[in-house]
Amino acid sequence: MTALIHQEYPIAAEDYTRAGEASADIKRRLKQLGVSSMVLRRVAVASYEVELNLVIHSRGGVLTLEVEPDRVRLVSRDVGPGIPDVELAMREGYSTANEEARSLGFGAGMGLPNMKRNADQFAIESAVGVGTTIEMSFCLQ
Amino acid sequence: MDAPKRYHSVQLDKSRCKGCTNCLMHCPTEAIRVRDGRAHIIAERCIDCGECIRICDYHAKVAVTDKFDTIKAFRYAIALPAPSLYGQFRNLQSVQPVLSALKKIGFDDVFEVARGADIVSRAIAQKLREPNLPRPLISSACPAVVRLIQVRFPDLIPHIVDVRQPMEVAAMIARTEFCKKHNCEPADVGVFFITPCPAKMTAIRSPIGQQKSCVDGAISMMEIYGLLRPYISQNAEDVEAEATSYGIGWAASSGEAKAVCPDNSLVVDGIENCSRVLEEIENNKLSDLVFFEGNACTGGCVGGPLTFENNYVAKNAIRKLVDNARQQRPERPAQSVPASMMTKYPLYMDAPILPNSAIQLDSDITVALDKMERINQILQDLPGYDCGSCGSPTCRTFAEDIVCGYCNEMFCIHKLKDRLKVMAQQMVELAQMKRE
Repeated sequence: MTALIHQEYPIAAEDYTRAGEASADIKRRLKQLGVSSMVLRRVAVASYEVELNLVIHSRGGVLTLEVEPDRVRLVSRDVGPGIPDVELAMREGYSTANEEARSLGFGAGMGLPNMKRNADQFAIESAVGVGTTIEMSFCLQ
Repeated sequence: MDAPKRYHSVQLDKSRCKGCTNCLMHCPTEAIRVRDGRAHIIAERCIDCGECIRICDYHAKVAVTDKFDTIKAFRYAIALPAPSLYGQFRNLQSVQPVLSALKKIGFDDVFEVARGADIVSRAIAQKLREPNLPRPLISSACPAVVRLIQVRFPDLIPHIVDVRQPMEVAAMIARTEFCKKHNCEPADVGVFFITPCPAKMTAIRSPIGQQKSCVDGAISMMEIYGLLRPYISQNAEDVEAEATSYGIGWAASSGEAKAVCPDNSLVVDGIENCSRVLEEIENNKLSDLVFFEGNACTGGCVGGPLTFENNYVAKNAIRKLVDNARQQRPERPAQSVPASMMTKYPLYMDAPILPNSAIQLDSDITVALDKMERINQILQDLPGYDCGSCGSPTCRTFAEDIVCGYCNEMFCIHKLKDRLKVMAQQMVELAQMKRE
């Protein structure tokens, strides 16, 4: 039997008071599982960015953590609004963050590029009016 | 991993422990459990920060340090006063009275750790200018913060600046200079740190980033304070004070940052606050910072568990000393140390700082995953009060302890009550049974 962790974190839109709790829990779990420091740091950055993206840009969604002996997988699914131009959104420095998010120090336009840089595999799919799904994997061996 | 048998200055005095949950709830590494009505410290996790010493109303948590009499085991003894010692005395115009008093109570010589701090400041300032280093670099001065990183933030170890502690640098120079001056062997000289905290005591017995400590022992500031008090007088001209005001400033939080990188540092005090900021560093949220100074104690070293004076009063005393010193001789940070000093003694760590795996569920990830799944299941059935009456600090740690075999579900008083209710009901039903 393959042991597997499957943990879902519902993330509410614009809930800044709880922002970062899911990624903190993900980090704690990976440390308990003995994931190496190098991988841990990359997952830490990517999970924080993806969680904050859900808070800042989405209408709410779910972040899912899956761990198998040889890989960590993060999946973010939201219920909209969707990204009109994914290629543009992936560019460093491009951001659509609102005033509130910027006043809290977010919106540097590094979220998606940082996720892609830190994950071993990165995939994004988005449809306007439907939502965005981001999948990231990290190899453990 | 460190040596199998870990030395810890923080110890439990069983006879005083009531088995309450105060220390349990305040331990930053979840290293305490109450079992059989007494607290137990999990040695692998303890970082010797001394939070439990501060919080225990029954004084059942103690810091073991070397008694003052230990200095007699050596032919000569040198005192290394931590800068925070100066903050224990009010109305000092300079540090000389403290240095002089240390000699009067029996030390053959005194070497200011603040001088070590001056040299370390310059070494760190140099380090910060090197390219391609992770940002921010994290101060290695507070051993409790370094151990916190080893246990809870192992991925931040590459951020720790690899310069030795001021205490270590001071000890090296003190011994070398004394032996040269008095023509004696290094082994004849005992070098004793006057410590504000148990973490430094532990750092001497099991050093971090160093094969062996250059310090022979640590004497509690609390013990020394009473001995020194009668000998503090304002006219103490018999000793030179050589450290700069920046070195003295290391006694309180932000002192180190002001000396090494005044423009772009973040200073945090209190171990829980440090944890929160380390989380942010982990998320790369503070990568625009150059330097992070974390102090486990509120106010910095002046807030150590072994200090006598209130930390705010002590911090104020340090501020006055620093201001006075600057009025007497204008200084610039870190540059007053001669360049020759920077190559004369080894200032960098000679052993790697290793991650501490004490929070890992198992060394085999397949087994760890299985355990985590069982923890999740158990946790769903626990009340989530985090009351500590089971002896573990939270319901989550309780679930971990069950899965690791240290206790069982009936340690939970709420689960036990539910179970008793069912059993009582069954007894009533049994009693009401009629003979067929």
